[in-house]
Amino acid sequence: MADRPEPIELPDGDGAIYFEDVSFSYLPDRPVLEHLDLALDAGTTVALIGHTGSGKTTLSSLVPRFYDVDSGRVLVDGVDVRDVKLASLRRAIGVIAQDPFLFSTTVRDNIAFGLPDLTDAGIERVARLAQAHEFVERLPQGYDTDIGERGITLSGGQRQRIAIARALAVDPRILILDDATASVDATTEARIRAGLRQVMSGRTTLIIAHRLSTIALADEIVVLDGGRIACRGPHEELIKTSAVYREIYEHGLLERQFADAVEARADVEEVA
Amino acid sequence: MRVHQVNSIISRRTAAEVEDWSWNTTRRRLGVLWRLTKPYRFRTFLSVFSLLAATATALAPPLLAKYALDDAINNETGLNLTVVVVLFVLLALANWGMTYVETYMTGWVGERILADLRKQLFGHLQDLSLGFYERNRAGVLISRMTNDVEAIDQLVTDGVTTLAQSTLLLSGTAFLLIVLDPRLALVTLIVIPFMVIASALFRSRSARAYSSVRERLGLVTATLAEDIAGMRMVQAFVREQRATENFRTVALDYRESNMTTVRLNAYYFPFVSLLATLALAIVLGYGGHLYLNDAIALTTLFAFMLYVNNFFDPIQQLSQLYNTFLSAAAALDKIIGVLDEEPDVVDHPGAEPLAHIEGQVRFEDVHFAYGRGSEVLHGIDLDVPTGTTVALVGHTGAGKSTIAKLLARFYEPTSGRITIDGVDLNDVTQDSLRHQLGIVPQEGFLFAGTVAENIAFAKPDARPEDIVRAAQTVGAHEFILRLEDGYETQLGERGSRLSLGQRVAFARALLADPRILILDEATSSVDIGTERTIEEALRTLLSDRTSFVIAHRLSTIRDADLIVVLEHGQVIEQGSHEDLLARQGLYTSLYGDWAAA
Repeated sequence: MADRPEPIELPDGDGAIYFEDVSFSYLPDRPVLEHLDLALDAGTTVALIGHTGSGKTTLSSLVPRFYDVDSGRVLVDGVDVRDVKLASLRRAIGVIAQDPFLFSTTVRDNIAFGLPDLTDAGIERVARLAQAHEFVERLPQGYDTDIGERGITLSGGQRQRIAIARALAVDPRILILDDATASVDATTEARIRAGLRQVMSGRTTLIIAHRLSTIALADEIVVLDGGRIACRGPHEELIKTSAVYREIYEHGLLERQFADAVEARADVEEVA
Repeated sequence: MRVHQVNSIISRRTAAEVEDWSWNTTRRRLGVLWRLTKPYRFRTFLSVFSLLAATATALAPPLLAKYALDDAINNETGLNLTVVVVLFVLLALANWGMTYVETYMTGWVGERILADLRKQLFGHLQDLSLGFYERNRAGVLISRMTNDVEAIDQLVTDGVTTLAQSTLLLSGTAFLLIVLDPRLALVTLIVIPFMVIASALFRSRSARAYSSVRERLGLVTATLAEDIAGMRMVQAFVREQRATENFRTVALDYRESNMTTVRLNAYYFPFVSLLATLALAIVLGYGGHLYLNDAIALTTLFAFMLYVNNFFDPIQQLSQLYNTFLSAAAALDKIIGVLDEEPDVVDHPGAEPLAHIEGQVRFEDVHFAYGRGSEVLHGIDLDVPTGTTVALVGHTGAGKSTIAKLLARFYEPTSGRITIDGVDLNDVTQDSLRHQLGIVPQEGFLFAGTVAENIAFAKPDARPEDIVRAAQTVGAHEFILRLEDGYETQLGERGSRLSLGQRVAFARALLADPRILILDEATSSVDIGTERTIEEALRTLLSDRTSFVIAHRLSTIRDADLIVVLEHGQVIEQGSHEDLLARQGLYTSLYGDWAAA
């Protein structure tokens, strides 16, 4: 992945994304995405759902150019992402990955990972947005607490919230969020969701959704199946019109929801 | 970014330090090594003997040369000279032979001792209870097996020989010098104090320098490991340049530490050579003076000069050995630390093998606390008839997995008892119990090997058709056939095979066909196809045996014969789905939450 000759800066914009006739495969003869067209209006929140291997993660990886399309184009605010300087493109995108990888340094440095000049006030602001401020304050050295090896062990939900704060710190116009953290109990999830609802406003958000509760955050749901879009629309519409969505919803998601409800009685997690 | 800079958490970890030099600890260290040589005593003796012989043959030549020259000067040419020359050649041959025997035998014994030590450590690790593994990280334990054993390797195969040989050469030479001419010897040894001071300085500085080298190498590795693991984040947040700068800092620090050792070596070793030459000058000056005054024979002076040359090499080598010795002692201490760990759970005296079981399980007022921690189970009572499927339900930390671990006897209850078919688990051997238990973890662990080998893990003699039948029964057959090499596909790499883990674990458990099954169910995914097959597979797996399921799926919970709702280490409710719904308790409210969703 390298810049093309004479790349441009990403022009100002609100974060509209357009996948134009996109095909992609990791291995020859095994297409993951096939001639996929998808337009995401600036500022909307879209949940991608589908079976394992349906191409959800791949599709979202094309926006920050972790991979390049085999054919077709990915446009951000009207510009082909391959014409833009990588650094300039990625600064406009906040990624909250499935496994919130944190570095073994302080909470502060982890949050300011993408923007090292961020002021203390700025760090606290994004931490509050991500519902992380409260538990960070209670850590032995607050924002200066070392995490990771030999340091403080954080729970899955706490890591997730720091990862959200880290993504917010760069004030991205696009957010990409993978919500597959199995280790978060429902109480924490509710908090994260509350945080997310705030931070998504004014940004285009792409959610790789594994939970009913996250789907509820979305303006629109896109169901991927075999590298194509099976259907898209708001929940109320899909539940009536799409058999595939109904099956996923009733079987998989509700099933999961119950497991979460069982675990929901967990006390508010504390530092281990 | 401050990642891995000096004073960060990782760099504060100090490298090999030996703190305890008391006689007891030293004796303990020697004892461990001595016991390891036990099976090889004869060869150990042989290597010691050949070491002594080789040293003696190395000390003799200058003396022989002197006698040969004495004869020559006294014009006693002929027989004596021939004898001396032949002896000289024979000694050289003997030295060659003895050094060969010594090198070979030391290596032979050394490598076996180390292999035995690794075996002993590994065997001991397998005996240790799971609690030990929950307290210690795998990386540290692997380092005991590799780096620490390697540090001892250097001492055992090389260090001990050098230590003995250098010491013998040094004292032998000093002795011969004094015998040859005490006056000259005393004057020559004037350089020794300088030598001692220089060596002491070198030793302490270089010990510090090498420990800093190890520490900073650790930082290089840690930084590299973390940046590679977090590469997606580094790229996503455009941190490449900073990561490079940070790594450069770490790499520069490492280079600086190495340069310190280079500088020390550059000071010390030429200085020793200088001292050697000075000593030679003294011998030449003072010895020449003595000769001119007829106070010493020319041949003695000649032999003396040869010996002085011999004198300084051992000192150099001993100085270098110091670091090897220190890190080996530190490594040995760490290994002894692991060997001293006692298993939390041991077979009680008089424990009998558990006879073939039916699968009736009872928990009678079971209390439990991890180590000295606070109690996590407060009086669990369960009566599980043979063939029952038990769903353990409750939030994280309620005690679900603790109950499963106690049943597998990874821990023992602090009070109360657990029985299978009326037999107290504390009265049976662990092996006989676990042979009859099947355990399916949440993330089916895949070992390096083929799919077939992974399925047959608990039953290595299983026939291929049995393996296939087990896979078919749990609905994994089609899936496996679609892999590149079907049942012969190599597994064990992380990542790409995640979806296979639990299916293989199911087939593994089914093939072993245990009377009692403990299953930590994976949370369900959004993947419909997978969901259906897993549900069916579970149903097959759980039928006809007593099963304890740490349940996460509604279907599993609803289908269970006995649902045990746990909260804060206590059983709140138990009964079937219908019973519990009728009771209008916690379960009902949980179920109601779901039904309303």
